[in-house]
Amino acid sequence: MSFHPNDIRRRGQAANLMVAGVLGFLTIGFFRSQVVQHQKYALQSETNRLRELPLPAPRGVIYDRNGKVIADNVIGYSVSVLAQKEDTLRAVLQRLAGTINLTGPQIEQGLRRFRRAPARPTVIIPDASFDVVSVLEEHRTQFPGLIIQSSPRRFYPDGPVVSPFVGYTAEVSEAELAQPAFAEYKAGQQVGKQGLEREYESVLRGREGSQFVEVDARGRIVRTAGARQDLIPIAAPPLYTNIDLDLQRFVAGIFGDSLQGGVVAMDPKTGGVLALYSAPAWDANRFIGGIPAQYWDSLRNDPRRPLYNKALQGQYPPGSTFKLATTVVGLETGAVTMNDKMPIPCTGGMQYGSRYFRCWDKRGHGYLSLHDAIAKSCDVYFYQLGLKLGISRLLAGGVQLHMNEKAGIDLPEERRARWPETTEYFNRRYGKSGWTQSVVLNLAIGQGENSQTILNMARFYTALATDGTAAKPEIVRRNPDRVKMMNLTPQQLDEVRGALVGVVQGGTASASAIKGVQLAGKTGTAQSGKFVNGVELNHAWFVGFAPANDPKIVVAVMIEFGGHGTRSAAIASKIIQAYLHVAPIVDQSSVEG
Amino acid sequence: MSVRRFPVDWPLVIVALLLSTYGISIVYSAGQTDIHTAVERLWKAQAVWFLLSLAAAFAVTRFSVRLIDWLTWPMYAVTIAMLVLLLFIGKGAGTAASSKSWLAIGGFRIGQPSELAKITVVLALAKVLSAYKEPPRSLLELWKPALVVGIPWALIMKQPDLGTGIVFVGFAFAMLFWAGVSWPLLVLVASPVVSLILAFNTKLWGAWFLLLIALVLWYKPYMYEGIFLVVLNVIFGVVSPIVWEKLAPYQQKRLLVFINPDIDRRLAGYHVIQSQIAIGSGGWFGKGFTQGTQKRLAFLPAQHTDFIFAVVGEELGFVGVTLAFTLFLLLFLRVTKIAERANDSFSSLVAFGLLASWFVHVLVNVGMTLNLMPITGIPLPFFSYGGSFMLASWLAIGILVRISAEGRGGRSGPFAV
Repeated sequence: MSFHPNDIRRRGQAANLMVAGVLGFLTIGFFRSQVVQHQKYALQSETNRLRELPLPAPRGVIYDRNGKVIADNVIGYSVSVLAQKEDTLRAVLQRLAGTINLTGPQIEQGLRRFRRAPARPTVIIPDASFDVVSVLEEHRTQFPGLIIQSSPRRFYPDGPVVSPFVGYTAEVSEAELAQPAFAEYKAGQQVGKQGLEREYESVLRGREGSQFVEVDARGRIVRTAGARQDLIPIAAPPLYTNIDLDLQRFVAGIFGDSLQGGVVAMDPKTGGVLALYSAPAWDANRFIGGIPAQYWDSLRNDPRRPLYNKALQGQYPPGSTFKLATTVVGLETGAVTMNDKMPIPCTGGMQYGSRYFRCWDKRGHGYLSLHDAIAKSCDVYFYQLGLKLGISRLLAGGVQLHMNEKAGIDLPEERRARWPETTEYFNRRYGKSGWTQSVVLNLAIGQGENSQTILNMARFYTALATDGTAAKPEIVRRNPDRVKMMNLTPQQLDEVRGALVGVVQGGTASASAIKGVQLAGKTGTAQSGKFVNGVELNHAWFVGFAPANDPKIVVAVMIEFGGHGTRSAAIASKIIQAYLHVAPIVDQSSVEG
Repeated sequence: MSVRRFPVDWPLVIVALLLSTYGISIVYSAGQTDIHTAVERLWKAQAVWFLLSLAAAFAVTRFSVRLIDWLTWPMYAVTIAMLVLLLFIGKGAGTAASSKSWLAIGGFRIGQPSELAKITVVLALAKVLSAYKEPPRSLLELWKPALVVGIPWALIMKQPDLGTGIVFVGFAFAMLFWAGVSWPLLVLVASPVVSLILAFNTKLWGAWFLLLIALVLWYKPYMYEGIFLVVLNVIFGVVSPIVWEKLAPYQQKRLLVFINPDIDRRLAGYHVIQSQIAIGSGGWFGKGFTQGTQKRLAFLPAQHTDFIFAVVGEELGFVGVTLAFTLFLLLFLRVTKIAERANDSFSSLVAFGLLASWFVHVLVNVGMTLNLMPITGIPLPFFSYGGSFMLASWLAIGILVRISAEGRGGRSGPFAV
């Protein structure tokens, strides 16, 4: 054993050096973590303890042209659960189901939401009732990850009255989230699903805020206030529309519960849509926060098809309302003038080839000018006009009148109107020898291979009501956008309008005249292809405008299986009266075709 | 025994008192969590243990070094007996629930005998080493010290308690060094273990093996020893992969996590990562006493025992860490001084052995909180909650006070080196 003082001092120095060296090394290690990398660890520590709860922003309020509210926000409650693992969430949900009414599908949906965004609180009930909220508040301590937030909820004061154009909002779907357009969306957020809500989603969507809560290692919420400054959600700006809510309510009132069909009312000068309705309508308020299954089934199984927007998606043969298109093509090409008569008088029908083509009025109209043929809606006249124009010219004219296009309204549901662009269509469909010129007879009176939307017919009549330029229908106020549709002189247009006035004054729609206002328009009774007891049901059309000399409103009304066009004319007349604030004339009755 | 006045080593006692006070404060803070647990009350128990330990330490200072020397073998025998007994009736606790390190009577845990074994084995090893006339020159001469340390070491590893096992190896090497064993021999003794560790990398092991051959040729041990060592290294280099296969999955995991804590972030690595986050987020001055969020919100595991130093780092920052290191450094330097001035080789070896034991604890525990060392469940002296270890540490202080008093220069020496 070597314990000479010198040896001991040497070893002592070595030991001290070793001790100081190791402690110095550890000090450097701590300096590196605590000073050099402090930012990184401070952030991780914050991430550990803070959970971000989204604070949904109120969507933009939608107003009508007079500042009345179409879509608003009210206070709602959402129930979420903050969990770290799917198993934990499942256990919490199963316990929750013992306290409140939570269905199996709701639990499954919650778990799916968790899988898509595990870091965010999982929304369990997006729109909880006050009863549910108060029960949960009572049992709050049993559910440490439970979050009850008051969040803005969409509300439509007029419910079903506005749903045909306003649409609804709902939670963004998995399919949507997969699309690049929804890159900025997170699971659980609300998104516009139809109508204006969808079309103007980017405008109506506010900027989501955040609240921070402090959680412990097991994800239990320890502190909700003051963990970190909240980010206040930013509400979206309001959306102003051309809709006249009073008129829209009036329209919905006329339809009531019994009628089915659609209405479009437009300002012919600006293209602003004053009213757009489809009956029967559904209640957008019941769609918010998840559609109750029972309600959804009742809508889906309703034979009147409420989910199908008749004003935007419905494609119907336009019937006699289309005769004005034939007229315009005839006038444009110089084939006829308003005073020209056709060689064959109307005797209740005419023979063409091997077939006999009927006029709606078996009594016959005799020899008629074009003016009178419009007023009386004489089919025989228009058969001959169609033959005179020939299939190619009529088809080309229809294309020029945008009968094969969308009207271009700012709503996502609109469907394109159907009109054969050339005779190729018939060759393709029936084969080169499978069809004859006789198709032109049907097309000329608005039957045959012609399916129009109510909206597109309204648009066509805005051109007749003005200088031959059609206004693009717009729900949200923007700059009017007009397209030249027909090359008619102002005089010719006046003559056409005169004929439409004749429809109401002594013509097929004389029952719908309005005192003090000249109403112009055209009835239509279109074959629906649906038979009851061997009798075909007809769609009742009326498209018109008033006052005739300075039109302020164009209205297109279509009642599905409504029978005669006069029925729609009466409705259109009421709508126009309501808009122009005038009283009707009770006149002699009349029939039409 | 007659009460006799003797010079007290106040620098040593004061540093130990400061460390204990610091430690109990941190145990108190460790209990301050947002969701209340039993840890909240443990600082009181720790304070009581501290007072008991002070009394025990005072009692020990009444013992002369001669008496301690004389008591060494009986105490060693009792220690071995207790460790054997533990293998049959030992209980687990806390983070080491599956081991058998606790002595319990009627379900009440009395303490961990291995903490006291750390002292008695130091004493026994010192007694054996001090008996040598000349420092051992060969492996064969080391059989006695190897046996004295090896028996309790094997018993403790059987519990299993890897942390204490490492401490035994640490102070045994330190005491051999202090006894004057030359460093090439120390390297040769350690070589099989190094081979074991390096066996996972063929190139590294190859390099180490060449180095070992060179050392053997230069140091020229007895031929049989040289051959024996080389063969042993080969066996360990080849055997260790097989041993690896034999390890329990959690043991493998601990080693793997040491290499890369991100391997399994949610499980084993989670502890180390949370500890690193706690320390790193403390910054220069910390989040404030009792205010650490990692600790408050239970992200930090074993915050009153194994990871207590992370609480220091999080709440008192780099400043608090440096203060703790300074106190430890002062303690170690003071004990080296005591060892240097000790009256005889036994006292000197005891002093240095106790120092080495503390030092290994500090290095492994603190290194673990920063992922510089593997997780071994080793407590931090004077800080970690635990009665036996507090008692053992203060018994050591008592012994050191006595050695210092009997040594040359006594307390007259300056505080610094």
